[in-house]
Amino acid sequence: MSPEEQLQAFLGRVPYIRFLGMRAELAGDELTGILPFSPHLIGNSLLPALHGGVIGAFLEMTALAQLAVTQSTPRVHKTIDVTIEYLRPGRAMATYARAELRKVGRRIANVHVEAWQEARSQPVAALRGHFMLAED
Amino acid sequence: MSDPEPNPPNPNLEAAAAMATEVPQAAALGFQMVSAADARGVMHAPWREDLVGDPDTGVIASGVVTSLLDHCCGMAITATTGERRPTATLDLRIDYMRPAAARTGVTVEAHCYHLTRSIAFVRAHAWDADPADPIATAQAAFMLSPAPVPAPGGAA
Repeated sequence: MSPEEQLQAFLGRVPYIRFLGMRAELAGDELTGILPFSPHLIGNSLLPALHGGVIGAFLEMTALAQLAVTQSTPRVHKTIDVTIEYLRPGRAMATYARAELRKVGRRIANVHVEAWQEARSQPVAALRGHFMLAED
Repeated sequence: MSDPEPNPPNPNLEAAAAMATEVPQAAALGFQMVSAADARGVMHAPWREDLVGDPDTGVIASGVVTSLLDHCCGMAITATTGERRPTATLDLRIDYMRPAAARTGVTVEAHCYHLTRSIAFVRAHAWDADPADPIATAQAAFMLSPAPVPAPGGAA
């Protein structure tokens, strides 16, 4: 499968990704996760702001999508741990995220992800996580 | 052994219960408040087909657990301060010990174990069947806004 086919296969087979409304685009082997705004993602109606859990989940799904593209297997990799830092409120608009595979070992990958909205230089949140790589 | 006094209406509990239903993301995930008292909150997310994270196993997505952990931590803070102040998550660390059982909902208990004027420190754990056998644990810090949220309709 091509990286694009692997990406679409991953996005298409996880029901929760459809619940979020998440998409992703590939430029070469670099993936950008895209989370269009939707009212059901709101965690604070007064601001309004995206739910912290939604931002964390979107970062994690971007890491898993990047792993699905570079670590080809029909199975879903498993999250071991994540640390999410919230830098700015996630506003009621589209959010983007890019993952960096810091280390991919035989069994475990370390991934950093950063999310932004209007400006790449003003991230709204960041995630560092470890993932157990699925075997074929 | 004397009978306990019947519980008076608890405004903390009402504020906490509202958190499970009024917030759009919580409503979309079907969160249900189980209890809120003494700096602790317990909240449940039922299993749903559209919330599955691994189609091979039918296990609920870790993203749902992330939202539930974050949200329940907020409820524990409400159960501590006694008022519904807006909170902003500073950081959230989650360890996933094991996958949840297939086609099973998740319950979280969060404990706000320390509160300053501006920061709340919260620990939480999530389980599917047995609270003593967690699927995930979490540690989080939250920033508290100075002003309580006004009640709907403007009543204090």
